[in-house]
Amino acid sequence: MSGAHRTLKELLAKASPLRSGDVLAGVAAATEEERVLAQMELAGVPLERFLEEHVVPYEEDEVTRLIIDTHDRDAFAPVRGLTVGEFRDWLLTDVVDGEVLTRLAPGVTPEMAAAVSKLMRLQDLVLVASKCRVTTRFRNTIGLPGTFSVRLQPNHPTDDLLGIAASTLDGLCYGCGDAVIGVNPATDSLDNIRRILDMLDGLISRYAIPTQSCVLTHVTTTMEAVEAGAPVDLCFQSIAGTQGANASFGVSLSLLQEALEATRSLSRGTMGDNVMYFETGQGSALSAGAHHGVDQQTLEARAYAVARRFEPLLVNTVVGFIGPEYLLNGKQITRAGLEDHFCGKLLGLPMGVDVCYTNHAEADQDDMDALLTLLGAAGCTFVMGVPGADDIMLNYQSTSFHDAAYLRRLLGRKPAPEFAAWLESSGVMDGNGRLLPIETSNRLLGLPGAVRGA
Amino acid sequence: MSGRNEVPVTVSQDPWAELRRFTAARIAVGRSGSSLPLAESLAFRLDHARARDAVHAPFRRADLAERLRTAGIACAELESCVADRGEFLTRPDKGRRLSERSVNALQGLEKGCDICVVVGDGLSARAIHENAEAFILSCASMFGQAGLTVSPVCLVENARVAVADEIGEILRARLSVILIGERPGLSSPNSMGVYLTMNPRVGATDEARNCISNVREGGLSITEGVRKLGYLVEEAFRLGLSGVGLKDRMAEGYLPFGLPESAITGAARKD
Repeated sequence: MSGAHRTLKELLAKASPLRSGDVLAGVAAATEEERVLAQMELAGVPLERFLEEHVVPYEEDEVTRLIIDTHDRDAFAPVRGLTVGEFRDWLLTDVVDGEVLTRLAPGVTPEMAAAVSKLMRLQDLVLVASKCRVTTRFRNTIGLPGTFSVRLQPNHPTDDLLGIAASTLDGLCYGCGDAVIGVNPATDSLDNIRRILDMLDGLISRYAIPTQSCVLTHVTTTMEAVEAGAPVDLCFQSIAGTQGANASFGVSLSLLQEALEATRSLSRGTMGDNVMYFETGQGSALSAGAHHGVDQQTLEARAYAVARRFEPLLVNTVVGFIGPEYLLNGKQITRAGLEDHFCGKLLGLPMGVDVCYTNHAEADQDDMDALLTLLGAAGCTFVMGVPGADDIMLNYQSTSFHDAAYLRRLLGRKPAPEFAAWLESSGVMDGNGRLLPIETSNRLLGLPGAVRGA
Repeated sequence: MSGRNEVPVTVSQDPWAELRRFTAARIAVGRSGSSLPLAESLAFRLDHARARDAVHAPFRRADLAERLRTAGIACAELESCVADRGEFLTRPDKGRRLSERSVNALQGLEKGCDICVVVGDGLSARAIHENAEAFILSCASMFGQAGLTVSPVCLVENARVAVADEIGEILRARLSVILIGERPGLSSPNSMGVYLTMNPRVGATDEARNCISNVREGGLSITEGVRKLGYLVEEAFRLGLSGVGLKDRMAEGYLPFGLPESAITGAARKD
């Protein structure tokens, strides 16, 4: 362990808290002692070194070039003289509040955020993230203090419109859907995407719901839908932290720029023009064979540099979706979810978390409860809302409408203000954010009929 | 407030329970306060326990091979290079590569077919047990009538999707198709996925593939899955590529290769 000659890439990997994906990649510390010694060494690394030494070569990778070329030296100035360890201590001080962190964000690189997160305990990740303020707008205002938003995820295994509408109604009646009503389609054909977009747009218009819809298909398909005149609110894409991993998703920075411009050209937002919705998750670069020997959490943070370039409405890390080969169990999923949320917020993103697990991971509902509650305390922008936590299309367990209601009740959080007002006028929620019994005369109950009639 | 026999309301019902006929999603389950009622919580726990058990159920490979051979379809019984189910779950790299024995077994087969057909247990052998035989009989009939040459069906234990790349490369197939057990959902532990890759080679990534998911009873039917596969294969050969460059624009009721409907559904009625 000749520390002085160790590359930053190696040091970050060795200092990373244990997770199966780094073991799979062969970059993890071999022993617990090696890991802690690496963390101690990392604590002494000056932040400036991250601007000179790149974990993925500048010449080979457009994500590295994006990070370095858009780094804001003025924003970085307040922390320029600090080491990673001093940065951690500074972030926890009382002078560092939401305003300071907002000004700092363009000066922080993903690698700096990842590095400091590796030295932090869960409570540090929670506390610092809770100080960050990130607000975005399309048809409502997401991320205001005291709010907690939910993506309504009404997936159906055959994209049956009535099935999607039934789950949508269920979610709305539990106060969910302010982040987005977002469907993962079972089939990616343009006709099918259009059919779902038309249906969701019809519901949002008919009931005057201050929210946005999204069908989560590849950007190129969404761009085709835009061109075909379909009602596209948000443009979705999965992204990752290296050029190669993005290529495996069939995207590049220039393609994402085209998608952003195409979607904005429709001018469908009433409150703002944050039109992108990105999803990420630790392990995707390794999965694509494009990890360059970098640990998965650092690569995940690099995906956030891609995201922030395109001023998204929403970003979420689908933390436990990819499986036990990347995050083995509840403990690893919990840590990863809080790291991702912290890094995303520090970099200035509207960060949500898909608190989730698959049936082949060593995790259960208790693990999800713990992570959800910690994320609520950390000021997480949004989570998913899936009927009964069981996504019958994607075959994994996420958070439910009930989970969202639990968190709002526990922490006194409300939906986005425009959406909260709509819920109140629709007889779903009272002014204190409590769910009301839905009367049988409530007009929302006619929602699936509206789909059938359409 | 009055007598001891008065039972307090513990669960508020949701007045849209009739909508459950449109979806298997867990809607209209009611609430206790704003939380999940206990009966629902326990039902969920039971389903999760069953799904956990399904992940670890073994692939009855020999049984499937025998049934396919009885139907006149040649098979090769293969396995990936993982040691056991536990390693399969944490080492996807090993699940993507064939064992040495399997590589040798493939070397003896004829090379240069149009399509190599692979079946892998993936994360749910149950999905394969319930769907693969009928699907293969239908698509073999369709490919045969379309004049395409097809490899023996390669049945791979402890398989990941990309194992079909290695098989396709060894067999020098123009295109590979793999039927694989998808990760089991709570209410769908039997969902099969079908992936198609043009010019299969070790190291191919997901952008080079097209996927048909959720093939199972209650999901996408076998006939519709085969129809879609026929369309995608036709398009892949026409364009010379698969993946993000191949957009699914199939019209409803499309007849692949200009074949009659019976070419897609006929073999499924074999018995």
